[in-house]
Amino acid sequence: MISPATETELAEAVASAKGPLRIMGGGTRPIGKPVAGQVLSTRGLSGIELYEPGALTIVVKAGTPVAEVESALAAENQRLPFEPMDHRGLLGTEGDPTIGGVAAANVSGPRRIQAGACRDYMLGVRFVDGTGTVVKNGGRVMKNVTGYDLVKLMAGSYGTLGVLSEVSLKVLPQTDTQATLMIHNLSDSHAVQAMSAALGSPYEVTAAAHTPFSMMGDRAMTMLRLEGFEQSVKYRTDQLKDVLASFGDITVEDDPDKSAAIWKASRDVMGFKQAEGDVWRISVKPTDAPDIAAKLTDTKIFYDWGGGLIWALVTQGTDVRAALNEFDGHATLIRASEETRHQMAVFHPEPAPVAMISKGLRDRFDPNNILNTGLMA
Amino acid sequence: MEMPVPDTTILSKKARIVERLLQVLPKTAVIHDEAETKAYECDALTAYKCPPLAAVLPSTTEEVAAVLKICHQENVPVVPRGAGTSLAGGALPTADSVILGTARMNQVLETDYDNRFIRVQTGRTNLSVTGAVEEEDFFYAPDPSSQLACAIAGNIAMNSGGAHCLKYGVTTNNLLGVKMVMIDGTIVDIGGAHLDAGGLDLLGVICGSEGQLGVVTEATLRILRKPEGARPVLMGFNDNEVAGACVADIIKAGVLPVAIEFMDRPCIEACEAFARAGYPMCEALLIVEVEGSDAEIDEQLSVIMDIARKHNPVELREAKDADEAGRIWLGRKSAFGAMGQINDYMCLDGTIPVSSLPYVLKRIGEMSKDYGLDVANVFHAGDGNMHPLILFNANEPGQLELCEKLGADILRLCVEAGGCLTGEHGVGIEKRDLMFDQFSGDDLEAQMAVKDVFDPKWLLNPAKVFPLSASQSRRVQPVAAE
Ligand SMILES: Cc1cc2nc3c(=O)[nH]c(=O)nc-3n(C[C@H](O)[C@H](O)[C@H](O)COP(=O)(O)OP(=O)(O)OC[C@H]3O[C@@H](n4cnc5c(N)ncnc54)[C@H](O)[C@@H]3O)c2cc1C
Repeated sequence: MISPATETELAEAVASAKGPLRIMGGGTRPIGKPVAGQVLSTRGLSGIELYEPGALTIVVKAGTPVAEVESALAAENQRLPFEPMDHRGLLGTEGDPTIGGVAAANVSGPRRIQAGACRDYMLGVRFVDGTGTVVKNGGRVMKNVTGYDLVKLMAGSYGTLGVLSEVSLKVLPQTDTQATLMIHNLSDSHAVQAMSAALGSPYEVTAAAHTPFSMMGDRAMTMLRLEGFEQSVKYRTDQLKDVLASFGDITVEDDPDKSAAIWKASRDVMGFKQAEGDVWRISVKPTDAPDIAAKLTDTKIFYDWGGGLIWALVTQGTDVRAALNEFDGHATLIRASEETRHQMAVFHPEPAPVAMISKGLRDRFDPNNILNTGLMA
Repeated sequence: MEMPVPDTTILSKKARIVERLLQVLPKTAVIHDEAETKAYECDALTAYKCPPLAAVLPSTTEEVAAVLKICHQENVPVVPRGAGTSLAGGALPTADSVILGTARMNQVLETDYDNRFIRVQTGRTNLSVTGAVEEEDFFYAPDPSSQLACAIAGNIAMNSGGAHCLKYGVTTNNLLGVKMVMIDGTIVDIGGAHLDAGGLDLLGVICGSEGQLGVVTEATLRILRKPEGARPVLMGFNDNEVAGACVADIIKAGVLPVAIEFMDRPCIEACEAFARAGYPMCEALLIVEVEGSDAEIDEQLSVIMDIARKHNPVELREAKDADEAGRIWLGRKSAFGAMGQINDYMCLDGTIPVSSLPYVLKRIGEMSKDYGLDVANVFHAGDGNMHPLILFNANEPGQLELCEKLGADILRLCVEAGGCLTGEHGVGIEKRDLMFDQFSGDDLEAQMAVKDVFDPKWLLNPAKVFPLSASQSRRVQPVAAE
């Protein structure tokens, strides 16, 4: 294992690599095609470089544990707004997730539907491309359109275009309190309607999920989160109850800790943790979701993002993409055996002209094809 | 501002190029008469002008594809154009280029309230996107001051922002998908009504690429339900530094205003003389706006006003009704107009970390004295996006050059302070030659590599964004036999 302690060492390691490299942060998110090669760990690049709570910005080295970032933010009553998922439970991995891994996989959680994805909060990056060249893009300010936005390109590129060495993030204040509204026993399509009504209201719903199976009780349950100052959450709870009255009885979890626990479990898809089978993550137009789910037989479904994100637990080796054919969206295989991931496209196949652009970019950023070779193929 | 020497082989085959364009477009969509091409000689950076070889106004994506195919075969540079309100010269033509305008493509293609998006042709103006969903109480969040005129095409190309992006984000955070025509005429769909990319985030790099990667003809945009209400509060301080500290304290307190706008004394004076909004005469003025129900607004404003009081404001005025709210915004909204009344002005757009606000304002004051040119500051304080307005007299020889020099120095100052050259207007030609002040050669090389992939012949808006010296070898390629 190569474990550079500085960005310069990282650049040298990549420049002098004799063969493919497997880029690893915390190693908690083994997503993608299995990759061969020598492990290049970013864990030696660790630490918060700069944190300005009054400017809502933090700059961290890529190998910094997410927990360290989160506790520094919590001390100033701030947080990562995109609520990054912790994959350890679902994937059965161990270790400390790093901020570089979050950025490279564009990991977001339930709040994505309202606040935006990890990529939306990434202000700047430093990375080493496949030739060992150090590149910076973006910066540490909230508004920046100077040159092309390679920050977005790096977000979700899973280390195939470059090895991140530093990430700047926009952060937001922690909210005072939260509450979760729950509607029971809705069909999938009614649930999506209810979530659409809630998300289309002025009451700033910060998460909307639906579980058709027993995850936290033994019935289907639709969950909506409100966050903010206490009075405001109370007010919006009442308003939202009115908006959703026609969907059925609504119960409210207004204990903030219990509400937070619901969303932590949703964020980490804990309902699939113990269950056997492959896990897919499907991004679609919310109102298409129930129709797509209906096409997936023998499948357990969990809807997040108002229906726009389908988590599907399927029998090993099943390709869910046939169900998506006539619909807009994409499916990623998140959990499966190495064998299945070898056989099946993990990332959604792109139409030819788009695939050509992606390939063109990979050829330019990693001309020797050594960074996580084939991971996104 | 240096522009590349026009290619004489292109100029000499104008007749043939026009004829080919007329084969794929209606007659009224091809503008080639010299008197008429003048209408496309500049954008809102009016100091620089050059009529194009021709201008085309296609009505469909297929027509755009046909035009690009021809230009690609003939090796003619193409400058995409929305409404021409760019302040950076993004839509400035060269004499050997074809302007491709999206003005005739302004239809709403789909509105979907359940899934909260709208799909439009990109020639549609920013404000009319909100106009299309207003009856259902929805809106499109990014709100550049030019929103009445500017097109979604230009917003995407520049990744435009607005006063309310502190809460709602800029264009890239509200863009879900595009239909784009590549320079060889290939039509691609990237993104859509679903969230996030299935592979590389190409949408993210297309947004803000200043018309250099492809011509965007359709956009899927996120729409949001309007908040129940909004109310501003006005605060005046006798010290920039104190106002800056107040901004930081508000942000730290956990309230997230939708807008925090800042004006300094020269700006306050000019606005007051122009709009008579009743602003206090002081060193720094903040307008802070919050949203929600009446009770929620009360709660947030009480937190904000308590913070302000700790900083000894000379004025603290909460809008009691819509009329007072209107008056608080009146001065700010007429700032550019007010400046235009007094003088010619150049509007800068650098961003700085909020924490260096007092230092940067002090330095701008000193530089302004050194150059003998007045500078007024008005900007989005919550996110550090500054708009220093340099006042000058365009009719006096040498003043434009002097003004540009001061502008460049101020932008370098923004970079030194940890910020950047442009927060929302884009690089265009205006900041092109300052790029080396913010980026290394390797940084720019990585960006240009992206253009190589999308547009290998460098025909799309080639003389923008990158210093001409840096892009020279790519722009001037040995012409391969077709
Ligand atoms: C008074 C005034 C106030 C302003 N206020 C703001 C503000 O608050 N915030 C802000 O961000 N900006 C502001 N601007 C700047 C300007 O309005 C924005 O940059 C706007 O997005 C430009 O849109 P446009 O349609 O006019 O684009 P144009 O000026 O026509 O073009 C801008 C760029 O987009 C490219 N382009 C155009 N169409 C396409 C297409 N179909 N495909 C690919 N590329 C294309 C062009 O080549 C060019 O590089 C202001 C300008 C003025 C004059």
